[in-house]
Amino acid sequence: MKSLEELAAIRNKMKDRVAIRENNGDIRIVVGMATCGIAAGARPVLNAFVEEVRKQHADNATVTQTGCIGMCRLEPIVEVFEGGKERVTYVKVKPAMVPRIVKEHILGGKPISRNTPSVPQNNNGGY
Amino acid sequence: MKELSLNILDIVQNSISAEASLIEILLAETDETLRITIKDDGRGMSQDFLATVMDPFSTTRKTRKVGMGIPLFKLAAEQTGGELTITSRTRDMSPEDHGTVISAFFYKNHMDFTPLGDVVSTLISLIQGCPDVDFLFEHELPNGETVHLDTREMREALGDEIPLNSFEVLEWARESLNEQYGF
Repeated sequence: MKSLEELAAIRNKMKDRVAIRENNGDIRIVVGMATCGIAAGARPVLNAFVEEVRKQHADNATVTQTGCIGMCRLEPIVEVFEGGKERVTYVKVKPAMVPRIVKEHILGGKPISRNTPSVPQNNNGGY
Repeated sequence: MKELSLNILDIVQNSISAEASLIEILLAETDETLRITIKDDGRGMSQDFLATVMDPFSTTRKTRKVGMGIPLFKLAAEQTGGELTITSRTRDMSPEDHGTVISAFFYKNHMDFTPLGDVVSTLISLIQGCPDVDFLFEHELPNGETVHLDTREMREALGDEIPLNSFEVLEWARESLNEQYGF
């Protein structure tokens, strides 16, 4: 049985690391988690990003969630924001695609172009 | 939605939008029935708005936060012969005890019952997305046992400096729930 004491142990182990990590979150991976995203399969995509970022030691990336991005028929949608660079949008993302996105884009700096749509920015529906 | 656990994930987003600080996700299950109750202490809905949230076509883009979520959950309950009820109190109506309670009742043996699915992943996704909100999860199983997770207890053990969405903490929560479910 998992105990709360184990959390206290995690606390002691992590205390020193947290301060370092806070300065490093310069890439944001944002997963759309509105009704449309969830229905299309965003939950396993989100969890795959959380796991892969950890597994591949992409310590400069944070995974966050947002509401409807506005292109419901292209969900699950994942946006990658990186300081000084243009936003990259991945559409119809599947968990199986996530290791490659983390490896080639988040770590390697090269967005994968096949799954990025060329649509007007700030499109609010209509798709 | 393919699983009721996805409806739960979706409905709880409304509680988060309503600035809830504690969200309770309570499941009571027998061999024949399932009740899912989602209770928050957010800002609540006015009686006028409450009258319209069941109808997907009443929603404008501005109130997109509600949209299809509640109608889909309601449909999932009603297609088993069950029902969905909502009660809500705004801060103005009830400063001490405001928030929204959504309760859905299902007959599990109906052929149109949607399986509960991966409720553990739903909880982990919620904690990951909202590490500053508290979640109480209780699932009374048909065998009389209860699966329990309370982020307030986790927060107390972790102290202030470790966020709840740290990878190690999420893993602990996942393993704790899996163990209780006997996975």
